Amino acid sequence: MLQEIVISGFGGQGVLSMGKILAYSGIMEDKEVSWFPAYGPEQRGGTANVTVIISDESISSPVVNKYDIAIVLNQPSLEKFEDKVKPGGALIYDGYGIHKKVERDDINVFRINAMDESMKMNNTKVFNMIVLGGLLKISPMVDVENVMKGLKKSLPERHHKLLPMNEEAILRGMEIIQLEQKAV
Amino acid sequence: MSEEISLMKGNEAIAHAAIRYGVDGYFGYPITPQSEIIETLMEMAPWKTTGMVVLQAESEVAAINMVYGGAACGKYAMTSSSSPGISLKQEGVSYMAGAELPCLIVNVQRGGPGLGTIQPSQADYFQTVKGGGHGDYRLITLAPNSVQEMADFVALGFDLAFKYRNPAMILTDGVIGQMMERVKLPGFRRRRTDQEIREQCPWATLGKTPDREPNIITSLELDSALMEKNNERFQAKYRVVEENEVLYEEVKCDDADYLLVAFGSAARICLKAIEMAREEGIKAGLLRPITLWPFPGKILHGYAGKVKGMLTVELNAGQMVEDVRLAANGKVPVEHYGRLGGIVPTPDGVLDALKEKVVK
Repeated sequence: MLQEIVISGFGGQGVLSMGKILAYSGIMEDKEVSWFPAYGPEQRGGTANVTVIISDESISSPVVNKYDIAIVLNQPSLEKFEDKVKPGGALIYDGYGIHKKVERDDINVFRINAMDESMKMNNTKVFNMIVLGGLLKISPMVDVENVMKGLKKSLPERHHKLLPMNEEAILRGMEIIQLEQKAV
Repeated sequence: MSEEISLMKGNEAIAHAAIRYGVDGYFGYPITPQSEIIETLMEMAPWKTTGMVVLQAESEVAAINMVYGGAACGKYAMTSSSSPGISLKQEGVSYMAGAELPCLIVNVQRGGPGLGTIQPSQADYFQTVKGGGHGDYRLITLAPNSVQEMADFVALGFDLAFKYRNPAMILTDGVIGQMMERVKLPGFRRRRTDQEIREQCPWATLGKTPDREPNIITSLELDSALMEKNNERFQAKYRVVEENEVLYEEVKCDDADYLLVAFGSAARICLKAIEMAREEGIKAGLLRPITLWPFPGKILHGYAGKVKGMLTVELNAGQMVEDVRLAANGKVPVEHYGRLGGIVPTPDGVLDALKEKVVK
């Protein structure tokens, strides 16, 4: 198993931490992982992205040309990464920030209304966990149980009270992600 | 020696490894993309546990001179910075080489020249292995290609530095510093006592004892005849390092028609490129220098008689390629592919360059 994923959105949407939680979950399953952020001026406003690779074998390059899955959470991210999804790969987007349609027809396109859902849950901070849930639904690369273990290990104890809310967000994401276009 | 597996950035791994190695002092000044080193050290607060000093100096120049002071007392002293900050430290590096002081310097390179950019680069190769500071000196240079090696090379760097009484550098870049991977941290070693330092480093200035003459640490020698003797001693030492401490990694070199030569982050990208090349029927291998000085010239010379072509891949305009050409000595064409100013090459960019410039 080798999954090359890019997660991209506005700084502050939790893109980097979502990638970190995913990578941590991989470690919990004794997989090889790499997490490489665009650490430039992006994190000071604008578009942030991170490449996460999860593999059963050792990972050659942390930098890749094409992705199995691109998660795009704003319009510039869609424009930047649509072309970089492997044919037959998946693109996940949140309808909230994206107004232009995906043009390619050789990739699977999934829509997840995570921002709307997080507002319904009265907690926009779990937005990224809803997206993570959606990702794990379409590509169960790690167990939700291990995601929770990873979260527990990476969060300081004073934040452990937030764990059930995060788990609920992941499960909600799994429910609401929808296949919008099947690759032809 | 207990071992733990964690997920962390290369920069963080260096900080953890330094505490665990029993380093006595870290002196630094923040700069992207390496600030996590000092941030992690400050967060870990080792002065409360091992007694290690962690100090944010008023400048890079102050930091390297604090390292000089610590090293003169035989202490494990280190500093870190990124390219522009490393330029500022060069006077101190030359002085330490001249005074034969061991220390560890970490350069998490970013794009230059000048303040440049904060993105990854390998454009300080020349500065590191050809000089940087003034005078006929050499810097033991280690080029990690993973977070694991970032952790491991702290110990290796200090071991070599003290073995030869010479500064050592970990030359890495923003890719390896900023990326997270799984890492097995080494176990904790306690810091050396002053008594142990006296025994292991008889040259250290820890206070004169009645049984010996004073130890003097200096790079100054006004008598040029004596200064030549000093230089000859340095050169003899450098030849021993070149003979004994070369490290490199060979990947799929046995049957290779074409050899990629790359270090650090570029070598990781090349790993993927050689997989892709082999899927297309191009037999490519990778020779990765781990020590940039001493440089694995002999092994490259050997390959020059076997392969049809070589390509160096660097995040610069062509620096290590000069040393590879020197090693190949005209026996085989050596080409270069690089991206500049903070742009990181992709595996398909490397493969295209291999096909255009070397395979043809």
